[in-house]
Amino acid sequence: MLYVPGNNPAMLRDAHIYGPDSVMFDLEDAVSPKEKDAARALVFEAVKTIDYQGVERVVRVNSLDGPHGLEDIAAVVTAGVDVIRLPKTDSARDVRDADDAVSAAERRCGRAPGSVGLLAAVESAHGILYVREIAASSERLVGIAIGAEDFVTDMHTTRSADGVELLVARSMLVMAARSAGIMAFDTIFSNVNDEEGFIREVKLAKQLGFDGKSVIHPSQIALVHAVYTPQADEIKRARRVISAAREAERRGSGVVSLDGRMIDRPIVERAQRVLAFARASGADIDGEE
Amino acid sequence: MKIAGAGTAGTAESGDVLVVVEPSEQGIRIEMTGPSVSGFGTEIEDAVRGTLAALGVDAASVRLSEKGALDCTIRARLIAACGRAAAEENETAPGIPWEVLP
Repeated sequence: MLYVPGNNPAMLRDAHIYGPDSVMFDLEDAVSPKEKDAARALVFEAVKTIDYQGVERVVRVNSLDGPHGLEDIAAVVTAGVDVIRLPKTDSARDVRDADDAVSAAERRCGRAPGSVGLLAAVESAHGILYVREIAASSERLVGIAIGAEDFVTDMHTTRSADGVELLVARSMLVMAARSAGIMAFDTIFSNVNDEEGFIREVKLAKQLGFDGKSVIHPSQIALVHAVYTPQADEIKRARRVISAAREAERRGSGVVSLDGRMIDRPIVERAQRVLAFARASGADIDGEE
Repeated sequence: MKIAGAGTAGTAESGDVLVVVEPSEQGIRIEMTGPSVSGFGTEIEDAVRGTLAALGVDAASVRLSEKGALDCTIRARLIAACGRAAAEENETAPGIPWEVLP
């Protein structure tokens, strides 16, 4: 998910050409209070007019606790946004309030009910402690994300290279997402010049179970894709596991074996996920199941 | 929407447009400068008039100086400038009728 400041016309125009899976136009922290109205209009017109070539369009609105959030929602829902990202989500109530506002905007502009998704960013200790309720709070919720900068500030610490201060929060967020059947997104990595450190963090996020990561510079997009795209040997093994499972089913046997080892159901599911990721990344899966 | 004071939005950056909206007693007046005006002046003026009509603005002086801005950027800056110009008289800017904008 590529972050794009909502007050920059040139960036709004070109965001999709770098190949992100989604673009997130920011009306919140990237925009000064005096320019909130202008950024809202820019994002409204961009979402409504520009062909983003199938890249998912997300808008981070301002908090509904302030003077801008409701108007942000009215504008971007009307424009045709795909997903609205909620900042600083501390409770299930925060999500439900946003859900109500989005429903009202859908009715006013004639969009199909439920056509706009929500993504809740959890950025505080309180939010993490209630992340399970947040994740299950709305049918609109497509995912939850962790906002590390605000979180570590709330925790009275700072970000470190190995991210130990985020380990529990990241794990709790992913577990909550899995429990609710929605996606989990990792936080941004602000040092765009530290490619090695960024790759380490993406690998950690993937290992923890995150489905993706927010990025702040186009150069980070390919690096995320490289980490998440299954390698040829992974794809080959996944295909063999699926074939073995199908063979067992054909024989009417409940036992799946491969290379002399028993393959449990979770392994089959992991293989299916590898192939799904491979397909999504455009990898060539020869003669797949 | 009534233009009661002056409202400005935008920048002089490449890809952007600087829009100034002020009251007018002679209906809609539009002045445009920039590299795209000679080739796309008619389209830009149509975009401006269409947006003003959707906002319910029937009297305004609009000056815009563009630097290769897309139509959507011009419309956006105009929406913001009108909102700010209308806010001069009101305590808060009037709501933008997003559903009816072209």
